[in-house]
Amino acid sequence: MAPTKTASVSGRKPAAKSAIKSASKASAKEFTGKNTPDFGKDQDLHAYREMLMIRRFEEKAGQLYGMGFIGGFCHLYIGQEAVVVGMQMAQQEGDQVITAYRDHGHMLATGMSARGVMAELTGRKGGYSRGKGGSMHMFSKEKHFYGGHGIVGAQVSLGTGLAFANRYRGNDSVSVAYFGDGAANQGQVYESFNMAALWKLPIVYIVENNRYAMGTSTARATAQSNYSLRGSGFGIPGIQVDGMDVRAVKAAGDEALEHCRSGKGPIILEMLTYRYRGHSMSDPAKYRSKDEVQKMRSEHDPIEQVRLRLIEKGWATEDELKAIDKDIRDVVSDSADFAQADPEPDPSELYTDILL
Amino acid sequence: MPIDILMPALSPTMEEGTLSKWLKQEGDKVTSGDVIAEIETDKATMEVEAVDEGVIGKLLIAAGTENVKVNTKIAVLLQDGESADAMSAEKPAAPAKADADTSAATSDAAGGKAREASEETPAAAKVPAQPRAEAAADPDIPAGTEMVMTTVREALRDAMAEEMRRDENVFVMGEEVAEYQGAYKITQGLLQEFGPRRVVDTPITEHGFAGVGVGAAMAGLKPIVEFMTFNFAMQAIDQIINSAAKTLYMSGGQMGAPIVFRGPNGAAARVGAQHSQDYATWYSQIPGLKVVMPYTAADAKGLLKAAIRDPNPVVFLENEILYGHQFEVPKLDDFVLPIGKARIHRKGNDVTIVSFGIGMTYATKAVVELEKEGIDVELIDLRTLRPMDLPTVIESVKKTGRLVTVEEGYPQNSIGTEIATRVMQQAFDYLDAPILTIAGKDVPMPYAANLEKLALPNVGEVVQAVKTVCYR
Repeated sequence: MAPTKTASVSGRKPAAKSAIKSASKASAKEFTGKNTPDFGKDQDLHAYREMLMIRRFEEKAGQLYGMGFIGGFCHLYIGQEAVVVGMQMAQQEGDQVITAYRDHGHMLATGMSARGVMAELTGRKGGYSRGKGGSMHMFSKEKHFYGGHGIVGAQVSLGTGLAFANRYRGNDSVSVAYFGDGAANQGQVYESFNMAALWKLPIVYIVENNRYAMGTSTARATAQSNYSLRGSGFGIPGIQVDGMDVRAVKAAGDEALEHCRSGKGPIILEMLTYRYRGHSMSDPAKYRSKDEVQKMRSEHDPIEQVRLRLIEKGWATEDELKAIDKDIRDVVSDSADFAQADPEPDPSELYTDILL
Repeated sequence: MPIDILMPALSPTMEEGTLSKWLKQEGDKVTSGDVIAEIETDKATMEVEAVDEGVIGKLLIAAGTENVKVNTKIAVLLQDGESADAMSAEKPAAPAKADADTSAATSDAAGGKAREASEETPAAAKVPAQPRAEAAADPDIPAGTEMVMTTVREALRDAMAEEMRRDENVFVMGEEVAEYQGAYKITQGLLQEFGPRRVVDTPITEHGFAGVGVGAAMAGLKPIVEFMTFNFAMQAIDQIINSAAKTLYMSGGQMGAPIVFRGPNGAAARVGAQHSQDYATWYSQIPGLKVVMPYTAADAKGLLKAAIRDPNPVVFLENEILYGHQFEVPKLDDFVLPIGKARIHRKGNDVTIVSFGIGMTYATKAVVELEKEGIDVELIDLRTLRPMDLPTVIESVKKTGRLVTVEEGYPQNSIGTEIATRVMQQAFDYLDAPILTIAGKDVPMPYAANLEKLALPNVGEVVQAVKTVCYR
């Protein structure tokens, strides 16, 4: 008995060592603003507009929630804007996007209309799902946005299915599946990793690590908090990205999408990011300090970083940036007005869209 | 124009709260995102953030005030160049705005307030009538059509092969469907004909591959997902129900999942409690799914072809014991049956038996026994459990006045109890006896041969039940 035991332990040792080696190799890759290319003027202005649009939209949504116009759950994306905007800048037409329930930013970034999203939040006829989905459930075939899912982790398998369809059809599209650090502990995420790696499916798995799964910090929820390593057991490469810097996100997205398009299979991008607001509207945020939130806001804000660059480089004046802000506020106000004035769905809608 | 800052709600059920603390004072400059106040309810403390830029013109509610109603004006924010004068000039207009807000809130059925308002009214809300799905009749089989004795196993394989030839988007995935030729040989020969791109062996990963299948369906492919047994699909049931069944509704009709989940369901023989459950009643409860459970080979073929073509998610429940049973199948180029239509297996006048799937094996044998005793049974094979063809059952009960249901699943909340309820509601005056429901016993499936036999329904029970409702 004893010799066998020793043999098996020593037999396993080299394997364990090499696994650690390849894991640390994977972790060596990090994308920050410092080691990624600068944006040109148009790119910075574009990123600024897109991120500010999400920020202002979410602020307005929070306000409408407070006024009772939005019901149920409402998960705001404030603080994480650079992730979805940077990825969208790297994607090409036809690439699919799928995410969980903190999804308003993803919808706006794919080009879905502010009116349609806001009216869905208020449960009105003009919403993307005609008022039947709500904050967590919107879709747009036209913009290749596949939801909007309320079950933590389910979108990872579904996104893998989108990638399966791309490979089946032999097209050039890549599926981009977003999930949080909380979802990263769900079993079906690893079932999906396995199949995606086995079949070399074109999918970018994006872990939006905002440090808290609802109120549980990553330190209290995971034995491996470097989420870029979570695919190492399947041979899926991973990159850690400064998710507060839109340039780093775009550069990592470029590399990841190229990886997928060239037939190398899945890749993981861990976006280190932060949500300023609570998990949902009724979150008292007792699990983190105000200083922590304030520090992220004042030192790492994704929009402020771009704003400072635009001013420093002389690409925009304060007045021009104010004008952009005003344009965006107008679009957001218009969406809020629409979302409050638009009628609720007709009662006859109760029994529609159950079956085709 | 000065901007009113209102008392926010932390949740749709919050009506009032305490304004515990002001973090900004009159005259302070704020930008959006700045915390201006703290409010408290019995549930939580929350920060109120400014949404706009400006200068705090006036604080209208003192710190520490309790029971501040949601949407009460708590402060006024002045924008560039505005002074407190602008604020007072604005004042007369303010009540009008408040009125508008109140009326919006009370007429707003999306808000929590409206929900409560409707609770005060005891009268039932006017709910639109549920539309009735009209299922087409079975297609006519031309006179002289050759009938070929076929096993259910072959019929299912033929259905998949025909549909895969017909539509490039159809593919089959699951454990052992390709190289192994199917754990129960239902996919025999498909790999050889269609290749590994369209006949996909998966790892043992039900939750994951069900999700992959639904995602592929959302992208427009038409997957057939085989579960080695539906007992294992419990690992995947979230994807079947939350993703496949609900997406069409949640997307307002924009996106659905044309997918078939199929495999053996219910008890085989001597495989114990974890491999023997019948899920008919579970899936049949879910709006957004179609649920089919065939008995004969012809129905298996015609309905599986229909299920693959259907734009909705279909749960197709087979049975291991039935796989080897032979039935006549019409030799036609394209034999497709309507989902949602029951089949009258035998016409009769004295009593109605409703069954489906393997339940039909008990029912058909009982019919022969009862015929010997002069009881003329009308036997209905439901074939589809959702949408359920209740009109065919009601029509039969109106003729016979007596009803017995037969199934293998657990007795509580069974398909039989559902039918009994609806027949009682819709044909009460036609009933000459209480409806009896025959089901499996209320126990996990035992392994021992004698106990397993006791746990399942038997022909004697069906015969006895029919005699009881006939008062014989």
